[in-house]
Amino acid sequence: MKPFRSLDAVAAPMGTPNIDTDQIIPARYLWRSKADGYGMHLFQDLRFAADGTPREEFVLNQPAYANAGIIVAGRNFGCGSSREAAVWALSDYGVRCVIAPSFGDIFYNNSFKNGLLPIVLPPERVAALLAALDRKQDVRIEIDLQAQTVTGPGGTVDHFEVDPFRKQLLLEGMDDIAFTLRHTEQMAAFETEYDRAAPWLAVPG
Amino acid sequence: MPATLFDKIWAKHAILTRPDGATLLHVGRHLVHDGSSQAFRTLADQGLTVRRPDRTFATADHYVATTAQGGARSLDDIAVPERRHLVEALAANTAKAGIAHFGLNDLRQGIVHIVGPEQGITQPGLLMVCGDSHTATHGALGALAFGIGSSEVAHVLATQTLWQSKPRSMRISVDGRLAEGVTAKDVILAIIAQIGAAGGTGHVIEYAGSAIRSLSAEGRMTVCNMSIEAGARAGMVAPDETTFAYLSGRPYAPKGALWDKAVAAWKELPTDPDAVFDTEVSVDATAIVPMVTWGTSPEDAVPITGRVPDPDRAPAERREAMRRKLDYMGLTPGEALDGVKVDRVFIGSCTNGRIEDLRAAAAVARGRKATIPAMVVPGSGLVRAQAEAEGLDRVFRDAGFEWRYAGCSMCVGMNGDTVAPGQRSASTSNRNFVGRQGPGARTHLVSPAMAAAAAVTGRFTDVRRLTGG
Ligand code: SF4
Repeated sequence: MKPFRSLDAVAAPMGTPNIDTDQIIPARYLWRSKADGYGMHLFQDLRFAADGTPREEFVLNQPAYANAGIIVAGRNFGCGSSREAAVWALSDYGVRCVIAPSFGDIFYNNSFKNGLLPIVLPPERVAALLAALDRKQDVRIEIDLQAQTVTGPGGTVDHFEVDPFRKQLLLEGMDDIAFTLRHTEQMAAFETEYDRAAPWLAVPG
Repeated sequence: MPATLFDKIWAKHAILTRPDGATLLHVGRHLVHDGSSQAFRTLADQGLTVRRPDRTFATADHYVATTAQGGARSLDDIAVPERRHLVEALAANTAKAGIAHFGLNDLRQGIVHIVGPEQGITQPGLLMVCGDSHTATHGALGALAFGIGSSEVAHVLATQTLWQSKPRSMRISVDGRLAEGVTAKDVILAIIAQIGAAGGTGHVIEYAGSAIRSLSAEGRMTVCNMSIEAGARAGMVAPDETTFAYLSGRPYAPKGALWDKAVAAWKELPTDPDAVFDTEVSVDATAIVPMVTWGTSPEDAVPITGRVPDPDRAPAERREAMRRKLDYMGLTPGEALDGVKVDRVFIGSCTNGRIEDLRAAAAVARGRKATIPAMVVPGSGLVRAQAEAEGLDRVFRDAGFEWRYAGCSMCVGMNGDTVAPGQRSASTSNRNFVGRQGPGARTHLVSPAMAAAAAVTGRFTDVRRLTGG
């Protein structure tokens, strides 16, 4: 996994609440493997008309937000299905951070596994960032994960919370399976005891 | 210290907790479906094997076709080769790892969240996960079950564990008697309308109260299924006699002395009387009527007796989004929902694809004729067989409904089971998102009985008018 330390990128405003994973990546593309890439289908039906022409009104198609690396979103971003392809599509497109008042839980978890940082800020702070970005003058946002800060257009600084364990994995770009396997002995001892306490879970071979 | 059902299961599965709160949890049972090939690939890439194949169970659901060209269903019925490969990959990956797999020609095949409880794989007190957000369904039997992403599936396959920070707890107490014609689906839609699509974010919900107690195990599954639509990680109901009666005799449920031992342990699980939840919500069951959604979020649910809301009367910050929804859905503010024309009907999914759901729909369809295309997709091969044994397939076929094989089907717009652009569907599934059932599809979520009522009248219809309820 690519480590995430800091990021200075164009931020696109998507203030609509409840942007679900079906909108981020429609189910009809889910047969693809992660390696095939998903970025071309990110927000497919919002970004493109049925005939494949870009919808001018969609934020990522507007010149001001070209090459956005950050999305500032409305509440409950990434709600819906557990499809990790929603995160793959964002990161494959080049988005490495989403800032919102709240996230779908599974999307939030999936993000960390793919080097994408989801940042929760209070609704009024997200609204302020959205308003600043909408003006299309200064559209860059800077993220410092170590310091846990978001520096917005005009130099506003917000502090954000992040789970220390996940922060560490992100900073180091560490794969968590390898990390977990360091605890193999404890896991094995736990399993032995667990299986003994619930013998009815054994499936007759 | 008094503990909740959730606390108890969490504690039983916690291997270690780091000072920062991240807990390594043991996974009691893991369910896998045909969207898991990336996870198996990740495992292979890292040279890892499946740690506990004996605690892992698989079935194909998302990509299987629900039609059969020949006498029986085969892989060839899946028209798109890439999707066929996903179903094949599941069979190959599980065979290699020694994981029990209910494949296409196994009567036990079906939607993973129908199959788990039906087989008795799902049990009280278990921590269960599956790479699908509707895993919360299994919580209806008193398990702590939640959906995970593909990387986490790989992690669970390799280690039988998962890192989690403990979510907050919420109790939703639904008290009072449900009126005639009001179902579990209406209960959960009413709950989501009340607390919102993000109302349960960061929480595990325990559904309690007399109305939940009075539901069958299957009805509780319908409620828990849509916990994710309320933003929650999981939903659960304390195990009781209803739970035990449901599980008794199921293939993977314990037998004999082990059954007694298990039940004794399960009886310890319900929330202690003095346990405290982070959030408490109460819902008046007597006020719930059959529900229907008007918008593109499950929170946009209103009673069938209600009207399409008017953005002009909504809080300013919601107006724009509401207008966009109404435009997408082709509805007018103030329009009565009862009577809105429907183009097609889908009865099935992990929310409402169980035998009781089919019975409820058949009760409305019996002796009537569908006036619009309607499709019934049983949740599993066993549900299908049971329905056929009860003659429900005849009822549906005689009424002009299509009778399909088990799978996710039109819930997710798979294999051509889609709603055409601009078409309005009455669907017993769980998501009315933009494009969920196909680009431009207008999905309205309803109960099986309401879906059948829409099929026979061609409009949203208060089912109580047809059944005299
Ligand atoms: S029936 Fe629908 S919601 Fe349920 S698992 Fe299948 S696709 Fe997901």
